[in-house]
Amino acid sequence: MNQTHTSKTAIAGAGLAIALASILSASPVSADSDEYFKPVDHAATKTECTACHMAFPASMLPARSWQAIMDTLPDHFGEDASLEEQTRAEITAYLTGNAAPEKSRIAKSVAKSDQPVLRISDMPWWVRAHDGEVSPKEFENPKVGSRANCVACHSGAEKGYFEDD
Amino acid sequence: MKHLILIKAAAAALVLTVAAAQADPARDAIIATYGKAAAQPLSAARGEAFFMGTHAGGKPDTPSCTSCHSKNLKAAGVTRAGKPIEPMAVSANPKRYTDLAFVEKWLTRNCNSVLGRECDAQEKGDLLTWLSSL
Repeated sequence: MNQTHTSKTAIAGAGLAIALASILSASPVSADSDEYFKPVDHAATKTECTACHMAFPASMLPARSWQAIMDTLPDHFGEDASLEEQTRAEITAYLTGNAAPEKSRIAKSVAKSDQPVLRISDMPWWVRAHDGEVSPKEFENPKVGSRANCVACHSGAEKGYFEDD
Repeated sequence: MKHLILIKAAAAALVLTVAAAQADPARDAIIATYGKAAAQPLSAARGEAFFMGTHAGGKPDTPSCTSCHSKNLKAAGVTRAGKPIEPMAVSANPKRYTDLAFVEKWLTRNCNSVLGRECDAQEKGDLLTWLSSL
């Protein structure tokens, strides 16, 4: 009974939020991704990236972001993540080839920025999806530790599902 | 009394098993290679001091090996991105230091991150000697 009441309230709340969002914002709040991102299916990319973090789906960033990341591996977010050239080239080709398409909302949202966005968590869609949803403190929780630790909250992340858990 | 003897025998067997699990020709060869190129005989104590120490010259987020590997080498560490790192102690992770390419790849990266330079054969040999003894 109580549960039904809660879920009805939640639905009403969500409805109101959507209505408000479409009034307040020119672009709809819901992500064009449907919260599914195809997981990495390239062996070398999977092996190398997952040594330190989840293999983030290529379509989370535009090609020029991946290119910039792969060009600066010796200083990869404060660590040396150098790879030998053949592997580096192979992974770069996979990531740029499977990046967010140029005409997608994800790519368009940062198309005009002077510098490529390097952190997925700095992408407008990522910020929008977590803003108000997850308090900044949550990311400091030792069980999470980092905004790069998607699986801490999104249990289906490795399979490409990033809906709210 | 009989009980005690049995326990002692079991303990001895365990020690033997652990020792056997730690010995690995590939690992011995890697350590020997570093040993040959090092100026002084390899030292576990120096390896420990190096690993546990705080270094200058590297990247700000990683001043020590322990920044990610923690000080308990028999337990998992954690990357800055929140992912577990398998234990470094050979007793807890017998696969460690048996693949030269893997060892070199990570020492090159991590020495660069922690010290801002590559480690020399002495440092690598000392480190592996200590980590293999744990």
